[in-house]
Amino acid sequence: MNSLQVAFADGMTIAKRNALKIRRAPDLLGGVIMLPVVFVLLFTYVFGSMIELPGLSYAEYMLPGIFVMTITSSAQITGYTLTQDLQKGIFDRFRTLPMSPSAVLTGQTVSDLIMNVTSIVTMALVGLLVGWRIHSSPLEALLGFGLLLLFAYAFSWVTATVALALRTPEIFNNIATLVSLPLVFLSNAFVDSTRLPGPLQAVAEWNPVSTFIQAARVLFGNASSALPAPSAWPLRHAVPVSLLWSVVLLAVFVPLATRLYKRAVSR
Amino acid sequence: MPAAITAEGLVKKYGDVVALDGMELTVPEGTVFGLLGPNGAGKTTTVRILTTLLTPDAGHATVAGFDVVRDARRLRAHIGASGQYAAVDDHLTGAENLEMVGRLYHLGVKRSRQRARDLLDRFDLTEAADRPVQGYSGGMRRRLDLAGALVATPPVLFLDEPTTGLDPRARASLWEVIAELVADGTTVLLTTQYMEEADRLADRIAVVDHGRVIALGTADQLKDQVGGDRIELSVTSAADLETARRMLAPLAVGDMQLDPTALQVTIPVIGGAAALTSALGHLAAERIAVRDAGLRRPTLDDVFLTLTGHETDETSKETVR
Ligand SMILES: Nc1ncnc2c1ncn2[C@@H]1O[C@H](COP(=O)(O)OP(=O)(O)OP(=O)(O)O)[C@@H](O)[C@H]1O
Ligand SMILES: [Mg+2]
Repeated sequence: MNSLQVAFADGMTIAKRNALKIRRAPDLLGGVIMLPVVFVLLFTYVFGSMIELPGLSYAEYMLPGIFVMTITSSAQITGYTLTQDLQKGIFDRFRTLPMSPSAVLTGQTVSDLIMNVTSIVTMALVGLLVGWRIHSSPLEALLGFGLLLLFAYAFSWVTATVALALRTPEIFNNIATLVSLPLVFLSNAFVDSTRLPGPLQAVAEWNPVSTFIQAARVLFGNASSALPAPSAWPLRHAVPVSLLWSVVLLAVFVPLATRLYKRAVSR
Repeated sequence: MPAAITAEGLVKKYGDVVALDGMELTVPEGTVFGLLGPNGAGKTTTVRILTTLLTPDAGHATVAGFDVVRDARRLRAHIGASGQYAAVDDHLTGAENLEMVGRLYHLGVKRSRQRARDLLDRFDLTEAADRPVQGYSGGMRRRLDLAGALVATPPVLFLDEPTTGLDPRARASLWEVIAELVADGTTVLLTTQYMEEADRLADRIAVVDHGRVIALGTADQLKDQVGGDRIELSVTSAADLETARRMLAPLAVGDMQLDPTALQVTIPVIGGAAALTSALGHLAAERIAVRDAGLRRPTLDDVFLTLTGHETDETSKETVR
């Protein structure tokens, strides 16, 4: 095996270990399956009953936002388990083994991806039950799911970086909530960003979360023709800009997380 | 014999704390080396440097011919390590833990699985093999961690306090496992708080204090530094005690000690068992009833206390001067 194959095989071994872990821990599993179901039902029924969108069910408008919100909130599982591992001795075991040093983080992010696939499929199914429909071509829909997973993968590296910098599960949880809540609620997830007051509108329109949500709406055919088209540049080109965002996030956070991992385990 | 482990002038500081202060050691292939020392002596720090978990601030070390800093990555294929605190995954079962380790040593699926089963068997964990480690007792986790160190049958093995927390049976069986490994040519470096363990297992022992080696040798050599054999005898009356003292004086090679309340006499001797036999012969000839008799070698505990105590004395003397 060459070193790339070794790195891949080791990453998969760690991913399998993390997946087993999530399957065994009821609290984590709840975050992957229960929370997304609750989000879909709660947001579509509670908000859906308040707003009328001509030509589109509220569920259709909402679901892309719920997808993205769930991804950002389940990323907390990543960070939480990573900080817990840091406090136990398991990384010491890994570091005395001839495994690829990058495997811990690639394994972690790949298992997060599996977790996200599970919760996105769950949400899509529940979504279909409550009236969500895809109005685009199968190819576009597939691209839509692909883009959501790309976002999920890039966001896992962001979370891993934050977790490795903070290092304790409790501190991580507090900070993660503090960051992810405004990230989602100061976006176009549940409100029409054009109707927000000036400075908030600028924040919401340039918020990368909005770009991904808009891109998902476009790709699933869930953008409402009744709402004014967003005028901000990232929202007008949501699909390419969200691809760009993914590349930038990965380019910044993969090396950063890797560096912090080395620092965190060698103390 | 080539050296499996060498360390020269290792220094490690944590802020103001000097954990290692010129640590030196050489372990020939196929032998067991024991690191003995009080809490905070630097044993774990030494093991962590040799197993590539820590980089030393100064000095250098090699294991199986690889530099622990420069060749860390390649070195890891040749060592097995079990740290002071069990490094096992709570959510995985015992079998899954060991299989994962096998996969990360790149043994392949089949061999990893087979090896896991063998080791679980060897460490008496077969029944618990498919239960998540979360429900294991402390000793079971410890055993699983030790099994993890053996997965790849590495030529050099590091065990940091391997028997702490094990019951006597598990301890005896670990000693057996270590003896078998060494018979097959494995080199073992272990740290321990148990003198009996160092005595029993280690070919050579380094007594460590304040981050450096303060004494080095076989268990016997270390004991000789403290003193030779002693006969301890107790009798049934004060009169007998006096007679015994008179009779046995010719055997003594140093000052005899009398303990009138315990009716006990302690006689430093050479030639251990022979001296004891002749002492008992003399007393039987005088019809002195012996309540208890024994030959006592200095234990490593004596060595340990003498050496580490001595060290502190010297340092304090130096500061006075
Ligand atoms: N991560 C750390 N940060 C700060 N100081 C440390 C750290 N690790 C070890 N030390 C210090 O280094 C010294 C040596 O510690 P080490 O763990 O090597 O001792 P030890 O001989 O293994 O002791 P024990 O018998 O208690 O396991 C101690 O004074 C300890 O306080
Ligand atoms: Mg220690």
